[in-house]
Amino acid sequence: MLSATGLVAGYGKDRPVLNGVSLTLEPGRTIGVLGPSGCGKSTLIRVLALLHKPDAGQIHLDGEPVRRFRYAAPAELRRRIGVVFQHPRASVDPRHTLRRIVAAHLPAGAAPEETDRLAEQVGLTPDLLRRRPHEVSDGQLQRACLARALGSGPRYLLCDEMTAMLDASSAAALVHLIRTRRDLGVLMVSHDADLLDACCDQTLRWHELTSTPSEAVSHGRNRAPVAGMFRE
Amino acid sequence: MTTDAWRAAGRRPGGAGGTGAMVPAKVRLGAAMGVLVTVVAAVIVLPMVAADTDPGAVDYDTVLLPPGPGHLFGTDDGGRDVLIRVALGARVSLVVAVVCALVATVLGTLVGAVAGAAGGLVDAVAMRLVDGVNAVPHLLLGILIVALYRGSLLAVIASIALTHWTTVARIARAQVLSLRTRPYVDAAISGGASRWTVLTRHLLPAVLPQSALAATLLLPHAVWHETALSFLGLGMPPHLPSLGTMVSDSRDDVLLGAWWTIAAPAGVLVAVTLAVAGLAGWWRDRLVPRRRSELVL
Repeated sequence: MLSATGLVAGYGKDRPVLNGVSLTLEPGRTIGVLGPSGCGKSTLIRVLALLHKPDAGQIHLDGEPVRRFRYAAPAELRRRIGVVFQHPRASVDPRHTLRRIVAAHLPAGAAPEETDRLAEQVGLTPDLLRRRPHEVSDGQLQRACLARALGSGPRYLLCDEMTAMLDASSAAALVHLIRTRRDLGVLMVSHDADLLDACCDQTLRWHELTSTPSEAVSHGRNRAPVAGMFRE
Repeated sequence: MTTDAWRAAGRRPGGAGGTGAMVPAKVRLGAAMGVLVTVVAAVIVLPMVAADTDPGAVDYDTVLLPPGPGHLFGTDDGGRDVLIRVALGARVSLVVAVVCALVATVLGTLVGAVAGAAGGLVDAVAMRLVDGVNAVPHLLLGILIVALYRGSLLAVIASIALTHWTTVARIARAQVLSLRTRPYVDAAISGGASRWTVLTRHLLPAVLPQSALAATLLLPHAVWHETALSFLGLGMPPHLPSLGTMVSDSRDDVLLGAWWTIAAPAGVLVAVTLAVAGLAGWWRDRLVPRRRSELVL
């Protein structure tokens, strides 16, 4: 179980982006978190992925409290949590071929067939594996990112607006891929309520995670700006 | 060089970004390679051809002869053949320049990349060291190092390399600072990568093109520095003529109208510098994947 209790985190002590966020993710369940842009969804993903040290709060991973983050966190702990970022193009090294990207998180000395197996799982053809990121589409690149995240054999998968850059068919294909991995605990954050309703076992609104609503939400500053425009 | 490289270079209209002078890239690449191959061949072959004669022997019957059939680059004020001495001088200068540039680039890249990737105390100590070296004029620091081991090739190389790695270190650090927070570095950390793995797999390869360009700029600078040290009597030992010492020695000859004594070493120096710069530009194009893709479209 991956659980967070009372997380306070941000990019400056005085201005926390997360303010008392609590969340529990169990293997085999897909949870969606719905929130407007700027509310702190990506920061939550970074903290849960042990990439950002919170100012306060506790994270427990399979019963063990997590005290160290980024490089300081044990590699074995980090590898239990896979992450798929919002922007596929920024989350891959532009120098590497898709084959190298897919194989990046496989254990050292893994057979090349393992890379082929992962690529096949996400629907990447051998021809695509020879290309570099600028030679493929966003959808194909995000598939490679998903394959990479699965390469470490994670128990939990965190998806940060994974389909935001994709067209509907690519998004549907990726979501279907994730739904086939019923062994994983999946956390999907998005501002697309329909997407989360369609693919998650449970969808939580952002304010349900916080003991006290975060500043952005409580002031309504970033709340559904597009919907607001239509209302006006 | 592969056929693909020639084809890619030929498709580029001109200039590193495709907007420079309208000289075809293939012509510029060919010219750069031609100059370098000619100079290196001359540096190797000419001293062997003239092995029977002493390039340092003075002959007052042939003082300051203009370029002609007997002496293609003329003779200097000691009656010595300028072509042979330029070949010998280029050999010394190229060795000094290449070794200095390599040492300074490798040292600077490692220090800068490690400082940028590690951050915190390591970064602060490394950058104060850079500031400390930069606070003293390079020539003065170079003179101090040479004075400790006077009259040696190694001393000249050490004095230039140990005072010029700081520029490369700053460039490498700045590049690493901008890269270390990119999502693909986060993805690598998430996959269990160590700091060293991230440095060697993602950060250093991204810094290399900039370091290569810095090395190119260091090449002529190293030659000039060697010239300055030689001018002060702290450069190469007298039995090792370099392009720098030749340019320095020929000042009086120019006043007597013997322009060839300075034109030959200076011309070779400029040609080699431009050729290396041309090759570095081509190499940078090949190292940046997006640009490489644009080249073959």
